[in-house]
Order: sequence, then C-alpha cells, then structure tokens
Amino acid sequence: MSNRAFAAVAFASALALIAASQLVTNDYYFSAAYTVLQFVILATAWNILGGYAGYVNFGSAAFFAVGAYSSVFLYKAAHPPLIVMIVTGTLAAGLLGLAVGYLTLRMRGVFFAIATLALSVVLYTFVVNWDYVGGARGAYILQPRDLPFGLKRYIQVLYAAMVLMAAFALVVARTIETSAIGRGLAAIRDDELAAECAGVPTLRLKILAATVSGALMGMAGTTFPYYLSYVEPSAAFNLSYAVNSIAMPLIGGMMSWLGPLLGALLLGTVQQVVQVTVSSEWNLMIVGVLLVVFVTLAPNGIMGWVEAWKRRRK
Amino acid sequence: MEAAQEVTEPLLRVAGVTKRFGGFTALDQVDLVVAPGERLGLIGPNGSGKSTLVNCIAGTLRSESGRIQFRGRDIGREPAFKRVHLGVARTFQIPRPFASMSVIDNLRIALLYGGKAKVTLDAGRATDEAMHILGQVGLAAKADTMSGGLTQVDMRKLELARAIAAKPALLISDEAMAGLSASEVDDILALLFGMKERGVAVIMIEHVMRAVMKFSERIAVLVAGRKIADGDPHAIVANPDVVSAYLGQ
Amino acid sequence: MPADFPTALVLNAVVAGLLLGGFYAAVSVGVSISFGMLDVVNIAHPAFVILGSYIAYLVNDRTGFDPIAASIVLSPLFFALGMLIYRIYYLCFEKRGQESLRGLAFFFGILFITEVALVLVFGVDYRMARSAYSDTTWRLGPVDFPMRLVVPFLVSIAMVIGVQLFLTHTFFGRAVLAVAQDALALRLMGVNTFRVKEFAFALSIATAGVAGAFLIVIQPVQPSIGREYIGLVFAVCVLGGMGSIWGTLAGAFVLGLAESFTSTFFGPSWAPAVSFGLLLATLAFKPAGLFGR
Repeated sequence: MSNRAFAAVAFASALALIAASQLVTNDYYFSAAYTVLQFVILATAWNILGGYAGYVNFGSAAFFAVGAYSSVFLYKAAHPPLIVMIVTGTLAAGLLGLAVGYLTLRMRGVFFAIATLALSVVLYTFVVNWDYVGGARGAYILQPRDLPFGLKRYIQVLYAAMVLMAAFALVVARTIETSAIGRGLAAIRDDELAAECAGVPTLRLKILAATVSGALMGMAGTTFPYYLSYVEPSAAFNLSYAVNSIAMPLIGGMMSWLGPLLGALLLGTVQQVVQVTVSSEWNLMIVGVLLVVFVTLAPNGIMGWVEAWKRRRK
Repeated sequence: MEAAQEVTEPLLRVAGVTKRFGGFTALDQVDLVVAPGERLGLIGPNGSGKSTLVNCIAGTLRSESGRIQFRGRDIGREPAFKRVHLGVARTFQIPRPFASMSVIDNLRIALLYGGKAKVTLDAGRATDEAMHILGQVGLAAKADTMSGGLTQVDMRKLELARAIAAKPALLISDEAMAGLSASEVDDILALLFGMKERGVAVIMIEHVMRAVMKFSERIAVLVAGRKIADGDPHAIVANPDVVSAYLGQ
Repeated sequence: MPADFPTALVLNAVVAGLLLGGFYAAVSVGVSISFGMLDVVNIAHPAFVILGSYIAYLVNDRTGFDPIAASIVLSPLFFALGMLIYRIYYLCFEKRGQESLRGLAFFFGILFITEVALVLVFGVDYRMARSAYSDTTWRLGPVDFPMRLVVPFLVSIAMVIGVQLFLTHTFFGRAVLAVAQDALALRLMGVNTFRVKEFAFALSIATAGVAGAFLIVIQPVQPSIGREYIGLVFAVCVLGGMGSIWGTLAGAFVLGLAESFTSTFFGPSWAPAVSFGLLLATLAFKPAGLFGR
C-alpha cells in the first residue's frame, strides 16, 4: 500500500470513528479514549527514534509537557483557536528535540538517554518556577462555549482532535519507516558504525528522527490543559508518560508503525481497567513489570512473535 | 629533448599520519601512496596498526597529525560518511551486517546512501543493481536470507558486496580472508581481482601470504606503527627487516 | 573587600558545597564502577540509593539504631542484590550483545518498579532518619558545620577512599581495573571475567545502599527523589572522567559547590538544573571530563 493510500485509509478511519462516537452517550468512553489516544500518539512518536533508530528517550514527559505548557502560555497570552495551539506546541517540542539531539546525539546513545532523563527533571524545575503558566499551583484553562460542527460537549471536540492527531502520527511514522530515511535509521539501529561506513549520514538522520519524534510527543500534549480544564506540573510530567512511551512500543513491537499502535491500544485499555478497579500505583507497577518482562524475554514484542510464527510456517 | 615524465596524481596520499591512544602510539609518521586502480598489499604483525590506519583513512578515527588526501583533496576533517561519497569504501575485519535486514536490503543501504548525491533509486532499478552485484559475489541465491544467519565466508562476501555497491574508487579490504578455507580464499581473491575491471584501487590487508603475493602489485609493511618497507612484492619478501619482524613475533 | 561583601554567606556556601560534594562522591562511586569501568549503564543506581535510604530509615525508626551504622552492617544484602541483578543483566543482554537499547530499558524498568514499590509500601510522604548528632551544629566563626552533613561527609570520604584502595591494592580490585581496560585479554589469560564483573557490579550496588543511609540523614527522602539523582550521578562521573575514582571525587566537589552557590544565590529549587546543565556542557565541550585523558 502506498503512503498516499495509507493516509487516505487512516483519515477515513479517523472520520468514521468520530462520526460513530456521536452515538455514544456515556462520557466515560470519551475520557478513556482520550487517554488511550494520548498513548497511541506518544508511543508512535517515541518509536520513530527509539524503535527505528535505536536511541532510547526517557524524557517523553518533558516533550509532552512542552506541548501542554505552550498551550497554557498561548491561552494566557492570546487565547487563540485550538489548531493554533496544536501547531505551536508541536513546533516548540520539535525545537526541543532538535536542540537536545544536536547536543547529545553525536555521542553514544547512552548519553542521549541520560540527557533525556535529566531533561525531564530540569524542565519540571523551570515550569514549577514559572508563575505566568501557574507554577506549582497549576493553571486553569476554561473550555470554550461555542463548539464547532454542532458537537455537544467539549470532550467530544478533544476526542475528535486526538483521533485526527493519532491518524496523523501514524501516517508520519509509516512514511518515515518506508522511505529511504527509514532504511537509513534501521541501518543505524543495526550497526551505526557500519551504517556510517556505508555512506549513511548518521548524525543528520538521528537529529531528524529526534526532531520529528519530539514534535509529535509535544503534539500529544497540546490538548491536555483543556482535558480537565486544569493542568499542573506533576500531571504534565507524570512518570506514566515516560514509562508507557517505552513499554507500549516494546510490547507491541518496535520495528514498524503497527507495534506502538497495538501496544498502546492493548496496554492502554488494560490500564484504564486496572486504574478503575485497583489503584493507579498498582497500575504503574504492572506496566513496569511488563516492561522488564518483555525486554528480557520478548524484546521484539507481539509483532516479533507474529513475524517468528510466520517464518516458522514457511 | 627532455623525457617528459608523466606523473599521475595519486588516488590516495597519506603523509606523516600519527595516531595515539593515551600513551600508546599506534601509528608513527606513516606515509603511503596509492595510484588509481593499483593493487596494494598491506601486511604486518598483529597490533602493528594496520586497522588503525584503515580507520584513519576511512574516517572512523581522527589522526593527531599528518594529512590524508584523496584525489588531491584533504579529507582528514571529513566525517566517514562523506568519505564514502567521495569514493573510499572499507570492509570490517569482523563482518558487521545489518542483522535485521536481508542480504539484498543490506545492499540497498549502500546503493541508497553510498553515492555522491542523494540518489533516489526507484525500487526496480535498485533491485536490479543489487542483484547484479550479488550475482558477481555469488550471493544471488541468498538475496532474501537474513544477513545475521549467513556463514562466515558469505558474510565476508556481503561486506565486500556492500562496499562495491557504494561505487568506490578505493576499496580497503580488512582481513577478509582470515580463517577461511583455501577454496574460500580463492573466492574472495577472485572478487578482489574483479575490482581491476572497474578501475577500483584496492588496499588488501591480509595475513594469508599466498593471496597477498598473488594479488599485490606493491606491498607496504607496517611494524609497531611504522612503515618499514614499501615496494615490489618479491623484494619485500626477501627484505631481511621484514623477515625478522615476522619471525621475531 | 567591601564592607557588604557577603563573607558569611559565601563561606557557608563553600562549606555546604564541600560537605555535599563528599556525599555526592559516595552516591556516584558506584556508577563510576558500573558505568565507567564495566560499561553497564545502570541508570537504576539511584533507585538502590533510595532503597538504602528507606531500609536505613526502617531500622532507625524501629530500633533507634544509627542509620549509617545499620546500612554498613546490612551492606552484604545490597551486595547480594547487585549480584542477582548483574546475573539477569548478563544472561539477557551482555551475552547477546544487546546492551544498548534493551539494557537501558531494563534498568529503567528496575528504577521504575523500585520507585512504585516504595510508594506502595511507604507512601509519598517525606521520611527522615534521626541520629544522635542530627541536631548538633558546630560553629566556627561565621561558618556552620551541621553534624548531619559532617558525619555523612566523613564516612563518604572514607568509603570512597576505601573503594579506591581496594581497587588498587587487592587482587580482586586489580582484576576489576584490568577488566575495565581489556576484558578480552584477561579472558585469554584464563581469568573468569564474569565473576570479576559480577563482583564489581555487586560492590557498586553495595555502595549505593550505604550512600542511601547518608542521604536520609542529610535530607528528607521520598520515592521520586531517585530520578533527580540520575542526572547528578552521571554528571559527576562524566565530569571526573569515567572510571576514575579520584576523578569522581573531584567531579563531586565541583558539582557540590556549583549546586551550593546556585542554591544560596538563586534559590534551592534551581539546584536540579545545575547538574543537568553541567552534564550537558561537559558532554558538549569536554566529553573526556575535566580530568579525563
């Protein structure tokens, strides 16, 4: 399937999902779906650098928060329409990915990973000290009264935005994956030195992947302040984003766009159930344990099992 | 009338290259010249700096001092991938295939990225070219095999195929024959001889002396980071310094 | 010197920075071994420090026993834990040559699980351990020497020097240093490098457990603090040039002073940014460290 056909299918499915959701009356569906869609975008974005190129980003929360807080900043400063906030947040997060990538991707992957881990802590400090966006007390964002397209509740608008953004992220991921850039990234992941010696401009490709990955992770966060009409640093920088961004692609399979989608849908749904029936701490514990179990025993994830099974059948 | 001396610009000129690792000097003022299309053998005991020299030429290591010129242009500051585009290709002593990819996909990387400009080969042409090269190295039947599961000699062939796919002017083969059987050595030798038709110069680093003698138009000898001899293969083999360097090990 | 030069402030910042620096060295010496010498990216190291903090707190809270003494007595437990973790790591990653991505994700998972487990058991409240000297402060002119900083400082320095002496003067220690330089050569000589590396890693975790006790004497602890220390620990190791214990000590003092001055003149909430900033700057401009070769 060509990338154009895939994009058409993706957006058609998105519109179908949005239309179908008009029949749903229970608001809980929209809340749960919003969270799962957040993870679909985050996991897909993370995988562009983590799965395709093999560079682990532990600071997904930082990029997510940049998206969220750029929305807060814009809301306080100019109160622009949602689409402006989305685009701005995405660009801001992309810039952060570019900066961090440019500074640290010229070294071993280890240092990039450590830099991203420390990045979360530092950005958290900045935000906590920044009173304009609410600092530690948090910021209130009021949902608009006039809703477009005759939708009745704002959560539906958010849901629609997230579905479209998820489709967009998947299209971007697949386009990169199937392009020459994707092949170059795979070569970097398999053996960076050999890739460099085969003529692959490794640094350039890595920085590109880091920028796109960061931008999409920020995109996931741009609507977050509207979700609860309130955002505070510990929610935006929640550890759950960091660990899920890694666990979902790992469990789903890191080699293609399908893995993160699968992992996000499966793990996201499981977490919604556990969170409601048990507790959010046990929820995180389960994700952590699954991460360790999969990384030690099944590092190629579910898609890896599928591939192995297909090969055995030949 | 003066005899007009035709001086062809050397393809590769290594001048006074020194490389240190902490307190250890791996290369000490090494000079080396390779003419276009030349077949140069590079020999020396283990640890004499041959691989370090390869790394400096290919760009995976930066030398402390000295110059490396390729086609008259100073490449000492260029990153490795740029040097590939300029025409320098190398293989690795221990093969480094892209393990998650099939044999033909390994070649596609070199075909996509090894050229001077960003060439977007359409899928069909890339496959044709890749299969052509695989045919020449004898891996055509294994085009769709996972590269991680190849035999040793096939992995060496893949290394060479990948280097060839980058359309180099200079190919550095780093101990491609180590540990292979006599017939396998002949396979690799035939491949390297085939470079002559393409006008590709080859630096062959080997310990398999019969292959070196058969292949080289000229031999350079490295011992403890210094070049101690450089010239006609038979003269080199008879050189007492060279003999004692090897026997002394 | 002008009359309003904040002498007392500066002197106190220097002292606090040095005292903290000694402690930071104790926290980081383990990573100097596991990452600097063994090339194992144990980003979960701070998790073991925090674990050590809570165990020291438990003993101190229930029995009144001195937390630092308790942690030293209990260090064999951490040693054993380190051996276990290394075995799993080795079996699943090092042997298969998959260290980079998977190993990182593995240790991140460990870090994460430890934090969540601590939250489940102890909750998110801050805990602190009390020693006989916790409330004592010596005063020397305008400078304060709080004992809750001084005693951990002294024990930290002793531990770091102890590790260095162990590495350079005992057979096993020198084996560790040799493995760091050339594991292949050692293996060819018939040395069981797995045992050596396992021992070294276990030692690094043991130091983490003991350093945890220092931490909880110095300041209140809650489970999420571990993540703040990752940047710090790796900053110290990179600053000091990897794999050098003296380098780690020096790097720790630099970081301690930098944080102390930032805290004094800009406010304590900026302190975590200092370690990250220093780490990034070092990686970008002098990756071999201030004292690296």
